[in-house]
Amino acid sequence: MSGSALRDSEVRHVAKLARLRLSEEEVARLSDQLGAILGHISKLNAVDVADVEPMAHPLPITNRLADDVPTAPMPIEDLLRNAPAKEGRFLAVPKVLAEGGA
Amino acid sequence: MTTIAPDERVLHAARIASGNASAEESVRTTLARIADRNPKLNAYRETFDAHALAVAAALDRAPASAKAKPLAGLTIAVKDNIATTEGKTTCSSKILANYQSPYDATVVRRLRDAGAIMVGKTNLDEFAMGSSSENCAFGPVRNPHDTTRVPGGSSGGSAAAIADSLCDIALGSDTGGSIRQPAALCGAVGLKPTYGRVSRYGLVAFGSSLDQIGPLTRSVRDAAAVLQVIAGHDPLDSTSADTPVDDYLATLDQPIKGLRVGVPKEYVSEANDASVNAAVERAIDTYRSLGATIVDVDLPLTDLGISTYYVIAPAEASSNLARFDGIRYGYRAPLSRDEDLFDLYAKSRAEGFGAEVKRRIMIGTYVLSSGYYDAYYKRALQVRRLIKNEFDTAFQACDVLLGPTSPTPAFEIGKKSDPLSMYLCDVYTVNTNIAGICGISIPGGFATVGGSKLPVGLQLQAAAFAESTLLRAARMLERAYAGG
Repeated sequence: MSGSALRDSEVRHVAKLARLRLSEEEVARLSDQLGAILGHISKLNAVDVADVEPMAHPLPITNRLADDVPTAPMPIEDLLRNAPAKEGRFLAVPKVLAEGGA
Repeated sequence: MTTIAPDERVLHAARIASGNASAEESVRTTLARIADRNPKLNAYRETFDAHALAVAAALDRAPASAKAKPLAGLTIAVKDNIATTEGKTTCSSKILANYQSPYDATVVRRLRDAGAIMVGKTNLDEFAMGSSSENCAFGPVRNPHDTTRVPGGSSGGSAAAIADSLCDIALGSDTGGSIRQPAALCGAVGLKPTYGRVSRYGLVAFGSSLDQIGPLTRSVRDAAAVLQVIAGHDPLDSTSADTPVDDYLATLDQPIKGLRVGVPKEYVSEANDASVNAAVERAIDTYRSLGATIVDVDLPLTDLGISTYYVIAPAEASSNLARFDGIRYGYRAPLSRDEDLFDLYAKSRAEGFGAEVKRRIMIGTYVLSSGYYDAYYKRALQVRRLIKNEFDTAFQACDVLLGPTSPTPAFEIGKKSDPLSMYLCDVYTVNTNIAGICGISIPGGFATVGGSKLPVGLQLQAAAFAESTLLRAARMLERAYAGG
């Protein structure tokens, strides 16, 4: 089963949701490839799923509560070791709010 | 048909533990072989020579009981999506190229405690997404049986390392076949435990309702020995199961009387390579000669596994991989003056992730997006339940299911450039993960392709938490094939 290509505008919209900056070549390639993959996935439409409870997880587990016992946190120096940019004990990031913004 | 005696490394561990063999000598031999072979295979991304020799020397100075250290002195290769404090944990991705884990995965801690010695980290398809170990930021891994061919994936580095004796035991992860398929293509044993049997703490998450860590080994006994050590509840993984852990080794050599082997007709397809169907037929005959009953089983939803998997796995991946945003760890793209926080996310991810990872994030984001959620994601979860029900019914009629692991032996590097054709490699393995049951691939013979002798794998599957049955059934076949 071959699917029809996604529109470029759809690919760009999904890429924005996924926080991926794609080149024009990537958009063109993905519109074909995602179309073919979604076409294969559409085989699922032939299955009668009326009254079937969705199964998100293989194990019938519910929330598991840990004992309320404090444990030592991981040292902050260890956690900051992989930070791409830091200032003292903090992660450094670019400006989030515009000038005068709320 | 060639028979190969299984290489049971756990017996060597007992000699090391009792002081009758040297761990240091074993480590030196392994490291020398890696230095010789790895430039051709690219199985290891990094080795820990000094660390491994130091741990081995300490073990030799103070031999422990085999009971306390059942894996004493065994060299272990760890797939590079499993966190280790030694070296880096890169997931074979540019986005984590310099990432150093501040902690060990639970499986790594348990294996170290059992006396195993970590010699290095192995390459994989980036973030475990692939079936060939070609999607790797550090170059493709090659199959030791024919270096123009892939080792399978995504645990291709671990499979190549175990098949070429570059370690005694290896760890992989399996989300849709990523332990079993490379084990099949490299001629190794690869075990995917039941979902929740082994802690996922420290495994970089891909599909959280599908992922399991498991061993790749050169014998069923070694797989059982490793599972014995890593199985069990872990307070650090709330999805790890409380179900008691069986004594897998105690029963391993006991053939199962009246074993019922289910053979789904959907597994012996004309689309398979002839060598693969021949290996299944030979296994059926062998089981029959061992007194097992062969049961016809219907699994009509087999063919829908790939469609179901390629909704659920990318959906979970798109959510899990949202954490790679260039803020707290990993690659951060440089920004120009007019670019903001959104650009930082989108550029870092675009430059850090490879093509297959981006493709899966895009599929996952699409199927979860407003307007498509019910049509794709919810429907896939409904089919998932039907697939699980189908297995439940099958396991009332049989103890294990037998079939191929992969429809073909190892293919040539660069052969499957179309993503969908690569996805179809996993037609026999994805449903194990979708249903959360256990499965194992064991060597089932060889195919002669273009002058190369390539391994063919057989897959057995069993019900959730029936690893004892699975391993015993696998051992029966292994022993028969070794002429024992």
